[in-house]
Amino acid sequence: MSELIKKTATEIAALVAGGETSAVEVTQAHLDRIAAVDDRVRAFLHVDTEGALAAARAVDERRAAGEQLGPLAGVPVAVKDVLTTKGVPTTVGSKILQGWRPPYDSTIVRRLRDAGTVMLGKTNMDEFAMGSSTEYSAYGATHNPWDLGRIPGGSGGGSAAALAAYEAPLAIGSDTGGSIRQPGAVTGTVGAKPTYGGTSRYGLVAFSSSLDTPGPCARTVLDAALLHQVIGGHDPRDSTSIPQPVPDVVAAAKRGATGDLTGVKLGVVTEFSGEGAEPGVLAAFRDAVEALTKLGAEIVEVSCPHFRYALPAYYLIAPSECSSNLARFDGVRFGLREGDDGNRSLEEVMSLTRDAGFGPEVKRRIMLGTYALSSGYYDAYYGQAQKVRTLITRDFTAAFEQVDALISPTTPFVAFEMGARTSDPYQMYLADLFTIPTNLYGGPGISVPCGLADGLPVGLQVMAPTMADDRMYRVAAALESVVGTLTPPAL
Amino acid sequence: MAAISREEVAHLARLSRLAVTEEELDTFAGQLDVILQAVAQVGEVAAADIPPTSHSVPLTNVLREDVVVPGLTPAEALSGAPDAEEQRFRVPRILDEDVAS
Repeated sequence: MSELIKKTATEIAALVAGGETSAVEVTQAHLDRIAAVDDRVRAFLHVDTEGALAAARAVDERRAAGEQLGPLAGVPVAVKDVLTTKGVPTTVGSKILQGWRPPYDSTIVRRLRDAGTVMLGKTNMDEFAMGSSTEYSAYGATHNPWDLGRIPGGSGGGSAAALAAYEAPLAIGSDTGGSIRQPGAVTGTVGAKPTYGGTSRYGLVAFSSSLDTPGPCARTVLDAALLHQVIGGHDPRDSTSIPQPVPDVVAAAKRGATGDLTGVKLGVVTEFSGEGAEPGVLAAFRDAVEALTKLGAEIVEVSCPHFRYALPAYYLIAPSECSSNLARFDGVRFGLREGDDGNRSLEEVMSLTRDAGFGPEVKRRIMLGTYALSSGYYDAYYGQAQKVRTLITRDFTAAFEQVDALISPTTPFVAFEMGARTSDPYQMYLADLFTIPTNLYGGPGISVPCGLADGLPVGLQVMAPTMADDRMYRVAAALESVVGTLTPPAL
Repeated sequence: MAAISREEVAHLARLSRLAVTEEELDTFAGQLDVILQAVAQVGEVAAADIPPTSHSVPLTNVLREDVVVPGLTPAEALSGAPDAEEQRFRVPRILDEDVAS
């Protein structure tokens, strides 16, 4: 096993820049690691060996020619299969897009290529990013490197597991209700959901358009910030993209790493620090709060009374948007077509295609959304959920008048055993209890390791005001300076 | 009382263009009932005077200069199609035989 795979992205970039190793050597080390462990972890749906080595060679050639390259040039990255990659399979974890090779790159992937990062392949996910365990992937579940019998979180469990298994130093995720942060928490890695509109959705296969946010995953806060800086910023191809520069998240992470939080006021969310979470998670969280106090932060309790309605509101808003977005999978322009025998009508073929191509959770959400948007139910369900969304936003606004950032455990429970929650969909939804409010509000949130409970990782979530992403990186890096990075047992 | 009946789920499946089996209907009816009972909690919130939020970013129309930029070629646009013919997506028949004739 090459020692290169245990290095951070920051370290790898410095070694490549200093000529102590090459991008090709780094890439090969990670490809070897994937070959050695991914039959057990199953983080990847597709490994692009040739594409990765070609990209690495290009970086080495540009470096040899004396070109000035970016801060992450030559660093491998794993990309969640929700983002389109030109000529490289993109399935969203669904049978309905099996074998699809998109004719264009998403903006995030384009920026990764332009920055000289090396894409290793596409990572596993719950189908259409709907789930909290990757067990809803049509291609089989990913396993948590901390305990292969447990889930790696979801929907971005593949990206998080790839980091924890040292298959990649960086990864991309997408977060609609917690799909970056919850996998980060249960795999002992770092996952950041940027401000909605701070990262482009162009080429991100849509689930819930008003909530979907692509973002960085890494093993350290600084690495996540560097990746955030590369992928973030305005994109004219996404009309909801915010036309402002990315806050200086890298400087904030470096400042936080000094371990000084003097003058920073943090709010513990009352509603998320008591009932609803496992005792081990709460104990690790309390220890982290204590550590933050020692770093100079002022800690107060803040009540956000409408947060308890975030989960129900989310499970009306997200399915409603999904039922509309997923109408595009009609067996006409891309993906699967089922039952086209020359006699059946378009509508019959469409219904057979969608029944064969979508898994149970996707079908549940499409039908739930169709129900919530039906005339007669619209006001009581979708309309009411949108009003609750306003009240949750007001809770955040009021909280940020008192404190700089809010903190809570990232998820109520540590990685659970495979199969423990698949028979009861609502039990699965509870994994996102603490992450969902941020999505409804649109602000940034980050999960950073804060300790172990029964030998499994626990994450602390920092939530900041819209376009104050730098603030959460500072707090997360400060906590990391005390807790350190978590190392899973050898695979 | 159940929040949703098996017949209503069958109707939703039709609206959603999902050819679900009888067995799937049984499973989904029970599960959707549990989910709907839980999400109905939003009704507890007094929100009559509260404006709805559809989006966290204040949205206005985003316009650009009307200039031609490179796009996909027909071959690229059709590259993922299950069936194509003469630079078009080929689809199953849309009209009934008797109407079409």
